[in-house]
Amino acid sequence: MATSPDQPKPGFSHRTIERNVTLLGLLALITVSIGGIVEIAPLFWVDSTIEKVEGVRPYTPLELAGRNIYIREGCYVCHSQMVRPFKDEVERYGHYSLAAESMYDHPFQWGSKRTGPDLARVGGRYSDEWHREHLKDPRSVVPESIMPGYAFLAEKPLKAGDMRAHLQAMRGVGVPYSDADIAKANDDLTLQATADADASDLQARFPKSQARDFDGNPAMVSEMDALIAYLQMLGTLVDFKAAEAQEQPK
Amino acid sequence: MPATLAKSASLFLVLVVALMGMAQAADTGFAVHMAIVALAALTAALWVMKGATLTGSADPDESRYDDDPVRWGVIATTFWGVVGLLAGLYIALQLAWPALNLGLEYTSFGRLRPLHTSAVIFAFGGNALICTSFFVVQRTCRARLAFPSMARFVFWGYQLFIVLAATGYVMGITEGREYAEPEWYVDLWLTIVWVAYLLVFGGTIIKRREPHIYVANWFYLGFIITVAMLHIVNNLSLPVSWAGSKSYSAFAGVQDALTQWWYGHNAVGFFLTAGFLAMMYYFVPKQAERPVYSYRLSIIHFWSLIFLYIWAGPHHLHYTALPDWAQSLGMVFSVMLWMPSWGGMINGLMTLNGAWEKIRTDPIIRMMVLALAFYGMSTFEGPMMSIKSVNSLSHYTDWTIGHVHSGALGWNGMITFACMYYLAPRLWNRQRLYSLRLINWHFWLATAGIVFYTASMWVAGLTQGLMWREYGADGYLVNSFAETIAAIHPMFILRAFGGLLYLSGALIFAWNIAMTIAGRLRVEAPMTEPPYNPAADRPLPAPARPVGALQPAE
Amino acid sequence: MSDYESLRHFADSWGLLGMTLLFLGLVGWAVRPGARARHEEAATMIFRADNNEEHPR
Repeated sequence: MATSPDQPKPGFSHRTIERNVTLLGLLALITVSIGGIVEIAPLFWVDSTIEKVEGVRPYTPLELAGRNIYIREGCYVCHSQMVRPFKDEVERYGHYSLAAESMYDHPFQWGSKRTGPDLARVGGRYSDEWHREHLKDPRSVVPESIMPGYAFLAEKPLKAGDMRAHLQAMRGVGVPYSDADIAKANDDLTLQATADADASDLQARFPKSQARDFDGNPAMVSEMDALIAYLQMLGTLVDFKAAEAQEQPK
Repeated sequence: MPATLAKSASLFLVLVVALMGMAQAADTGFAVHMAIVALAALTAALWVMKGATLTGSADPDESRYDDDPVRWGVIATTFWGVVGLLAGLYIALQLAWPALNLGLEYTSFGRLRPLHTSAVIFAFGGNALICTSFFVVQRTCRARLAFPSMARFVFWGYQLFIVLAATGYVMGITEGREYAEPEWYVDLWLTIVWVAYLLVFGGTIIKRREPHIYVANWFYLGFIITVAMLHIVNNLSLPVSWAGSKSYSAFAGVQDALTQWWYGHNAVGFFLTAGFLAMMYYFVPKQAERPVYSYRLSIIHFWSLIFLYIWAGPHHLHYTALPDWAQSLGMVFSVMLWMPSWGGMINGLMTLNGAWEKIRTDPIIRMMVLALAFYGMSTFEGPMMSIKSVNSLSHYTDWTIGHVHSGALGWNGMITFACMYYLAPRLWNRQRLYSLRLINWHFWLATAGIVFYTASMWVAGLTQGLMWREYGADGYLVNSFAETIAAIHPMFILRAFGGLLYLSGALIFAWNIAMTIAGRLRVEAPMTEPPYNPAADRPLPAPARPVGALQPAE
Repeated sequence: MSDYESLRHFADSWGLLGMTLLFLGLVGWAVRPGARARHEEAATMIFRADNNEEHPR
């Protein structure tokens, strides 16, 4: 490194930083760290961040597999899952979203754009049959819709992989699955998508879980089964007595 | 040569690991990705053994700058720019005419939208940043790149990252968080490439022959360091299997949301702002042939910009389940961010002080000025939209999409095109660009495209936002969601038209760059000179003077 | 008073004042007249290579 053209002045000036790349890099790193630390770190230890709510539970294996399809197809780029506390949103979609409702969402799917409507409380608002028709050909039930068709979901058998490994990984990032949940994960997956199966054990471990043949095709467990199972449980876990949705289902 | 041996041995190791991953793959997507990695490693190994220049020329000319990676970068920037814009136009048309989704999983909007965003931000923008930073750091340090082999690894490694990310999206491999979609193994690969990038860039600064580190390099350095921090923290996740593509984010719900938007907003702040401001601080003064307007303003600009930007993320989560205090902090810092942003814009624009006529005569300067004007517009609009009451209307609507594109098409796109126009003749040692007049065409097509795009999205966003909250006299919501979609259909068509114009401009740009590289010169009237007519440029003949005419008074 | 409220109160008062003074101090430091010549030289260094000048020692 060449020496400076003029005599260095005593004391510390910005020129010192401009001539030392390590110092410049270090100071820049400190500068950009402050905001993130102050904003993000408290969320992990301030208790009030996530309110205590009855009813929120981890996803069943079938719901989790459906959620993974939701992520795979990029549904989050057009659908939010976050109802804001405004009169119109609460009336259109239901009670505003609580932090606790997504406490087991790895990753979160709040979304940033509503090219389609919010889905945080879509569970139970439409029949399985409506979902099947809508996913296969959206414009057959909503003529104005610009959603892509997902007919292939009904054709593809659900190949979710070993669900025990999925639940194990989820437990690794902090979701409280029990040993029984993990051991029975693959059986639970099939059972939940089968009509007239004895789901009492599943429902004891996963309260309010719904077991039936979601895609109307008893011959196989399809990706459609998993996705509809996920959509039908969205927003159904917490019991909000007040604020019924007022937009009529189409 | 032991170095060649070590390189090819490590490449073969990568090849073996990739083949093993392919054999053990838990899902098809992972197997395809391992095949791509294996193919890349094999190609690179064969290349190294042939002794080609992939990993550093055998006998470099130390008296010249090391510009091979910069040349490749200009080509890659041009190529990925066209690809990314094409993907954007296609998905814009899908929103106007959903039949274009074709009913295939690989061509549906949900999978192609991440392809578009990643292609324009990381492939087009990222290649522009890497190649301009390699160009600028050498010139401002008066030194060749440190670690030439590593610089080549950065270029090719980054292209591999792009290919893995893009093919992954089409196959449905995604982490499901916007702008951070690539899965865990692609993230790890990018981390390795990024560390190598930091080493090459920082190493070049350390071996510099100038005492001073020029301001553009502070911005590049801030961009590289911060993006590393954001990328690593936001992508912490646990794979389900070491031979499968799926992973689960380390964070959940509200923490995951804030981490993601801390990342997402600062991908804008540091990737698309700090890095591109570095380009501005070098290329605008060079093209204008005037020093930057105020060097001291650039010091304030740098430190306040990087300090403030990092706080602004929560404005993406207004009125959500994120605690109120975090939302308020995000809003306050977003509004404050307006000041350094405009400080930077003023610094760039005022560099032309005393040379304003260049806006008329120099199409590259004109493009740079347009870029800065759009930078100023979107950094005014952004703080405004971060105000909670405005955000309650604008959020979830196309207004956001319009805002993003005024920044991306106007600022990032135009400053990148201008820099590529500056670089191409210099890097390939041409007398000038193939055509300066084609830059004019590009300029006006792009400008018209941005106007169509932002105006239609602004109208669509306001329309839909207002329709969502409209109440009738009976106290019920007036519009169903589907009715709001129908209402903005014409705007979606206009937006796609704007995208088409912008893409046409980019195709003209690609043609111009390609012809310049090919060494062609378009025969055209020069742009910068006033008309010259040699026939008229001579004295008038003396008038025939009649005898006895009046003489001037003595 | 909860931790949150006391921290917020501090941030709204002394924290705000401190940040403002720090910012003004840094601005003053950057624009002080003594640094003018040096800034001039730093800003024009990118043009030196073009003129093929001798590298300054």
